[in-house]
Amino acid sequence: MIGRIHSIQSLGTVDGPGVRFVAFLQGCPLRCGCCHNPDTWSADGGTEMAAAELVAKATRYRSYFGPHGGVTLSGGEPLLQAAFVQEVFSLCREEGIHTCLDTSAFVLSEAVRAVLEVTDRVLLDVKYTTEEDYRRFVGTSLSRVIDFLACLDTMKIPTTLRQVIIPTLNDTAESVTALRQLAATHPCVDGVELLPFRKMCQVKYDALGIPFPFAHLPEPTAEQMATLNDLLK
Amino acid sequence: MTHPHWNGFAAGVWQDEINVRDFIQHNYTPYEGDDRFLAAATPRTRALMDKLQALFAEERKRGGVLDVDVDTVSSLTSYAPGYLDKDNELIVGLQTDSPLKRGVNPFGGIRMARQACAAYGYRLSDKVEDEFKYRTTHNDGVYRAYTDEMRAARKCHVITGLPDAYGRGRIIGDYRRVALYGVDRLIEEKKKDKANLAKGGFNADSVKLTEELFQQITFLGYMKEMAALYGYDISSPAKDAREAIQWTYFAYLAAIKEQNGAAMSLGRVSTFFDIYIQRDLHNGTLTEEGAQELMDDFVMKLRMARHLRTPEYNELFGGDPMWITEAVGGMGEDGRTLVTKNSFRVLHTLYTLDTSSEPNLTVLWSRHLPEGFKRFCAKVSADTDSIQYENDDLMRPLHGDDYAIACCVSAMTVGKQMQYFGARCNLAKLLLIALNGGFDTMSGMHIGPRMPVMDTLTFDAVMERYSVYLSWLMELYVNTMNAIHYMHDKYAYEKTQMALHDTEVERLMAFGVAGFSVVADSLSAIKHAAVRPVKDELGYITDFVTEGNFPTYGNDDDRVDLIARDLAHQVITELRKTPTYRGAVHTLSILTITSNVMYGKHTGATPDGRAAGTPFAPGANPMHNREQNGALASLNSVAKIRYEDCRDGISNTFSIAPDALGHTPEERVNNLVNILDGYFAQGAHHLNVNVLSRDTLIKAYENPEAYPNLTIRVSGYAVNFCKLSREQQREVISRTFHLSV
Repeated sequence: MIGRIHSIQSLGTVDGPGVRFVAFLQGCPLRCGCCHNPDTWSADGGTEMAAAELVAKATRYRSYFGPHGGVTLSGGEPLLQAAFVQEVFSLCREEGIHTCLDTSAFVLSEAVRAVLEVTDRVLLDVKYTTEEDYRRFVGTSLSRVIDFLACLDTMKIPTTLRQVIIPTLNDTAESVTALRQLAATHPCVDGVELLPFRKMCQVKYDALGIPFPFAHLPEPTAEQMATLNDLLK
Repeated sequence: MTHPHWNGFAAGVWQDEINVRDFIQHNYTPYEGDDRFLAAATPRTRALMDKLQALFAEERKRGGVLDVDVDTVSSLTSYAPGYLDKDNELIVGLQTDSPLKRGVNPFGGIRMARQACAAYGYRLSDKVEDEFKYRTTHNDGVYRAYTDEMRAARKCHVITGLPDAYGRGRIIGDYRRVALYGVDRLIEEKKKDKANLAKGGFNADSVKLTEELFQQITFLGYMKEMAALYGYDISSPAKDAREAIQWTYFAYLAAIKEQNGAAMSLGRVSTFFDIYIQRDLHNGTLTEEGAQELMDDFVMKLRMARHLRTPEYNELFGGDPMWITEAVGGMGEDGRTLVTKNSFRVLHTLYTLDTSSEPNLTVLWSRHLPEGFKRFCAKVSADTDSIQYENDDLMRPLHGDDYAIACCVSAMTVGKQMQYFGARCNLAKLLLIALNGGFDTMSGMHIGPRMPVMDTLTFDAVMERYSVYLSWLMELYVNTMNAIHYMHDKYAYEKTQMALHDTEVERLMAFGVAGFSVVADSLSAIKHAAVRPVKDELGYITDFVTEGNFPTYGNDDDRVDLIARDLAHQVITELRKTPTYRGAVHTLSILTITSNVMYGKHTGATPDGRAAGTPFAPGANPMHNREQNGALASLNSVAKIRYEDCRDGISNTFSIAPDALGHTPEERVNNLVNILDGYFAQGAHHLNVNVLSRDTLIKAYENPEAYPNLTIRVSGYAVNFCKLSREQQREVISRTFHLSV
C-alpha cells in the first residue's frame, strides 16, 4: 500500500504522549482558516511511500520512544488515506510500537473503523463547540465529531480532545466550558489540550500564493491561554 | 599500611599501593534516590558569591581581564597567598595573590606571553623578559625542529591550533591522590620508582624518565610549600571532608600555577569526596547544608581559575575557557552506579551559585543510571544549558570505571593514561587543495603533492585524488605532532600533573578534524548531483556549480551518512601508518570547539554549496539548517560514526526550543531522558544539550549586559555567551534550532 507523505518529524513531543515519530500525510478535505499546514491540503502533492517503508523509517527511532512514545500520523487529514494508515498502524502494532492518530474526525466509514482497530490513542481536533460555528467555519456538522466520539467510546480508545484557540471565534469561557462538557460526556476522553492560534504559517500561504483566511485575527496571549486552561482544571 | 586519618574506611590494596579506584570501590555509597535531600545555599555562601559576581562584572567591564601580574613568572610558590574573603572561605588558594588577577606563564613561548599582556594594555616586565632571554621555551624548541613543509601547512591553515606556542594541556593529574595519601607518601613511591628504573640500566628512554621523576619529586615538594603558605600541611592524608576537598584543590591549583595548558581538566572527584562527606555525616561532624557549602566553595574556586591568553587564541577557543572538566556519574564495572549524593551536589552548584560555564560538568550517561539521577540531569539541562553528556557504556569497556574527560570529549583513565593534544586539521580545505592539485587558493600557496587541477568531478576520481592528499597530510600531521610533543616534554614538562600519574603511563596522541560535515555533503553532492568546477583566470578552482538534489548528512540517510562514517575511518587509518613519539596510541576526535568559525574563514567555497569564508558546522554536527526530518534524524546520522575510529571523541551539539521538547517541565524532563537514552543506546558518544530559543540568543547578542550569566553549550564545553566574539555569537545564532511544528 502506497501513501502520500507531506513530511516527517523525527522528534515529535507535542502530538501524543512521549517522544514520537510523526508523519504528516498529504491531503485534507477541510480548508480551516486557522490551518498552519496549507501545504498539506492538496491530495496530489507529497512523496509517495510504501507503508512498510514508512514503518521501517519509524523503527529507526525506537530507541528514543521510551515507555510512552511511538508513532503519530497527522496531516493533512490522515483518514483520507485510511487504508494506508491502517496498514502502517498494523505494522507498528506488530513491532510493538504505540500508535496515535491525529484527526478532525470528518468521516466514520468502515475503513476508518478498521484504522481505529489498530489505534492506541486518538488526538481529536474539535474545532468549535457549536453546530452553527461548525457549519460556518468548517462546512460540516459537529455531529460528525459526536458520532466519532461515540465510536471511540464503544471501542474504548483513549482520546485527547484538542482545540486551536482563535481569538474572537472560540476564545470565550463559554466555548471552553462547552468543550470541557463534551469531554465529560465521553468516557474515552482522558485529556483536553488547548493550542494557541499562531500566524507563523503566513509564509507558507505566501509561498503557495493563496490568502491566509485568518491573517486578520490576533494570536491569543499567554495570559489568555492560562486563563482558559484554568477552566479545564 | 595504615593511617589514623583513614579510620572508618574499609581496607583494600589501596593502602599498600597508590590506587584511588580501589579506595573508591571499597568505600563509596551508591545513591539511587532523587534530588529532594539537597540543601539550598547558605547566607554565607550567597554573600561570598555576591562578592565574586561583583568581581566578574568588574572583569567584564575591563574588557575581560581584571588584572595581570607582569613581574612574576607563575609557579607554585611565586605568589603570596591570596583570598576572596579570608575569614569566610572554607576552601582557600588562588593562582596569584589576588582574585582573578592573572599570572604570566612564558614557558610555552615568550612571544605569546608578551602579546597576551599587550592585548589587554599591559607590558611584560623587563625582569621577566630578561629571565627568559637565555631560556629555551617550548615554542623555541618546536621551531628549531619544524620542517619547511610543517611551517607551510601551519601558515595556510590546513593544520591549525597546534599547541606549539602554548601549554598543550589535556593532561589530568589524579589530584585525589594528594587527599588520600598525603604528599609524603607520593614522594616516597616516586623515589622507589626512580631507584627501580636505574636498576634496569640506562638508555635514552629511561634516562629521560629518570629526569622526569626527579622533576616530579621536586614539584611535589613545591606543592607542600605552596600549601604551607596558606597554613596547611599536606604531607599527610586528609582527615575529613573539608581537608579532602582542600588537599585535592591544592593539587589542582599547583597544576594550574605551573601550566597554562589549553584544557586543565579536573578529573572525577565528586564521588571520591562523597566518601569523606559520608564519613563526616555519619560521625555527626557535618550536616547536609555544610556538605553543600564545601562543594559550593570548591566550585567557586574553580570558577575563579584564569589563564592569560592572546586574542588569536580566543579566535580558536572562544569564551576564555579553562575546561575544568569534572566527570559525574557513570556505572561501576561491578554494576553498581557510581552516582552518589555528591554527584547531585556538584550539579546543584548551578543553582546555589547560578549557572556557569566552569567547571565543565560532564555527565557519564549509562542506560543503567538510576532514574532519579537521569531526571535530575535532564532538569538541570533544561534549566541551565550547562552540562554535557558522554556515553559511559561506550567508554567504560575501554577505560575501566575510573576514567575522566579531558577538555570536552577525551576519555582517559585517571592517573594511568595521558594525552598528547593535537588540535585539528581542516578536511574541507584539504579537499579543495586536492582538487587544485596542491594549491591553496585562499593563501595562494603551493602545498602537498603537485598534480593537475581536476576538470571533471566524478565521485571515484575525486575520492582517488582526495586519498592521495589525505595520506600526505596525515603523515605530515603525525610528524608535526611528534616534534611538538618531544619539545613540550623537553622544555615545558608537566611536573605536577605527571607526579600525580603512575610512573609508567599509557600515552594517547589525539588528532582532530574540522569541516567533517562539509566534506561529507560535498562528496555526496559529487556522487548524487552534478558538480561542475568554476576556475579563475589562473586555472584554479574557486567555486562550484551544483545541479540536482543530493542527500545531506543529518537526515539519517545512509547514502551520505556512510560517506561520513568512512571518511572518519580513512583518516584514522592513514594516521596509524606513521609512528608516534613515545609509542603513543593514535586517536581521533571530531571536535572543533569554536574554531569552526576560524577554519571556515580560511576555506574557499565547497561543492556542497557553502560559500567561501563562511563557518563550518561545529564538531560532528550536520551543517546548519540542512536537516529536513527533525532532531532525532540528525542524532541518528551522527550516531553512525564509529567510536572505535574516533576514540578521542565525537562532539555533537543539540539545541532545542523549550516548547519543542514538551508542553510542561515534567514532559520536557521525561522526553529529554528518552532522547539521551535513545541516542546513546545506538553507540553515540557525546551530546551537548541546550534548551533555549534563538530569540533568547538574539536578545543577548543585542543587549549583552542584560544576560551576564547566559551559559550555552557549544562544542564540548560551555561558554558564557557574552564572552564569545561577535562573529562566534552570530555563528551560534545561525545554528539549527529544533523547533516544534
